[in-house]
Amino acid sequence: MKYKVAIIDFELSNLFSVQHACNYVGLNAIITSQKEEILKKDALILPGVGSFGDAMENLIRLDLVDTIKSFIATGKQFLGICLGFQLLFTESEEFGTFQGLNLIDGIVRKFPNINSNGELIRVPQIGWNYIVDSSNGDKWEKSLLKNIKNNAYMYFVHSFYAMPANEKMILTKTNYEGIEYCSSVCFDNVFASQFHPEKSGVEGIKIYQEFANKIKNC
Amino acid sequence: MNIRIIPRLDIKGPNLVKGIHLEGLRVLGKPEAFAKFYYEAGADELIYQDVVASLYDRNSLQDIISRTAKEIFIPLTVGGGIRTLDDIKNVLRAGADKVSINTSAIKKPQFIRDAALKFGSSTIVVAIEAIKQQDGNYFAFIDNGREATGIEVVDWACRVEELGAGEIVITSVDREGTGIGFDVNLVKMIADKVTIPVIAHGGAGKKEDLLEVLKKGNASAVSIASILHYGILSKDFTDNSFNQEGNTDFLRSGKLVSTVEPTTIKKIKMYLYKNNIDVRMITTE
Repeated sequence: MKYKVAIIDFELSNLFSVQHACNYVGLNAIITSQKEEILKKDALILPGVGSFGDAMENLIRLDLVDTIKSFIATGKQFLGICLGFQLLFTESEEFGTFQGLNLIDGIVRKFPNINSNGELIRVPQIGWNYIVDSSNGDKWEKSLLKNIKNNAYMYFVHSFYAMPANEKMILTKTNYEGIEYCSSVCFDNVFASQFHPEKSGVEGIKIYQEFANKIKNC
Repeated sequence: MNIRIIPRLDIKGPNLVKGIHLEGLRVLGKPEAFAKFYYEAGADELIYQDVVASLYDRNSLQDIISRTAKEIFIPLTVGGGIRTLDDIKNVLRAGADKVSINTSAIKKPQFIRDAALKFGSSTIVVAIEAIKQQDGNYFAFIDNGREATGIEVVDWACRVEELGAGEIVITSVDREGTGIGFDVNLVKMIADKVTIPVIAHGGAGKKEDLLEVLKKGNASAVSIASILHYGILSKDFTDNSFNQEGNTDFLRSGKLVSTVEPTTIKKIKMYLYKNNIDVRMITTE
């Protein structure tokens, strides 16, 4: 049987590469914004390209804030990508201050255009960068990164970055032009990353493969 | 910062083509086959450019995008004939990650802002096709390098950044397809004025050209075509479903543009790496 995954459609992002990646690893992924549909699925993906404020506004309008929280509370697998990672935090400073889903204590901030050495930082960061294991113990082994080597390259596209207040939340860190930030978190049944596994080539697909494995064993 | 090597695939109808100065298109093979080859060889992104978008119907391109996106998990930028927000939506729906806009951006700059607001800046790439004038200034051209606009390229680059574009692809139409090297001065002028990433395109004939435009032109990425395409022309990418259209004499003649030294993504990356450029190396297992 094929396990069913809901990809939340909040009318902003490009969800199709996420759907293609799910299909590629044998999952049956459906793009939806229907509460009932979402809750019936075996796993949930919160993707996202676009602005934090618009995304939260749409999630509220579509009555999906509590849906996401209830889904996570069931213990089923949850994957957040890019903006879908940032939305888990308390708030964002994107064009004013916006409240997020507040599942992770922390603030989402914009990359400055100059680093501490006075050098230009091009924003958005667009391209490949390393993810560095910044967790303790066996967190990596238990996460979706299990089959990936430390310091692997992943594909990033973002102008904003996040840091959890609680260091224990952090799975990997990444450094962009001297600014170190959290590039993925992992806790309970939640994995969320600033990078796009579905655009990160063969290594990224291994993350989806492990996502599928976890759903199977859930 | 890790720089990106981005193969550019010019598409006409169902075929991958290559021209010189964006003209004189020659059929090379099937775009999906080349795309898959480059993906596996370590390309960091891909660009599909529909070079005759305004003349033909676009359904074949949508099919090509969708077949590509099912197997290729690196970002795919699609350009050519994008005029409306619905055009963007359709291309993204087919499986593209970003769109590249030139003509409609110049005709209606507000389109960049609307598109960036709706789809996010990082989805919107503005392509600037520059031709050097006798007085040394560079002007932006539209309709695949055919029509002059009188707009100075550096001013335009700053404007598109302000309007919310996430990246700029700067094409030197003078150099495009010639293999005589990038117009480093053009790339540098723009890269030094904007803070968004700048992709250099047009003129790469050998790997040294890439090093030069990255070191001296301050580009964040390079987009290349002939140097890679000609290297794999010996491989048979033209199977039975290959749809003959346009000028295929070139394929049969086996002649290459003499200024182009064909190479591979791996060799380019090794060379750049040895010259202290940060690139993503692919480890084959």
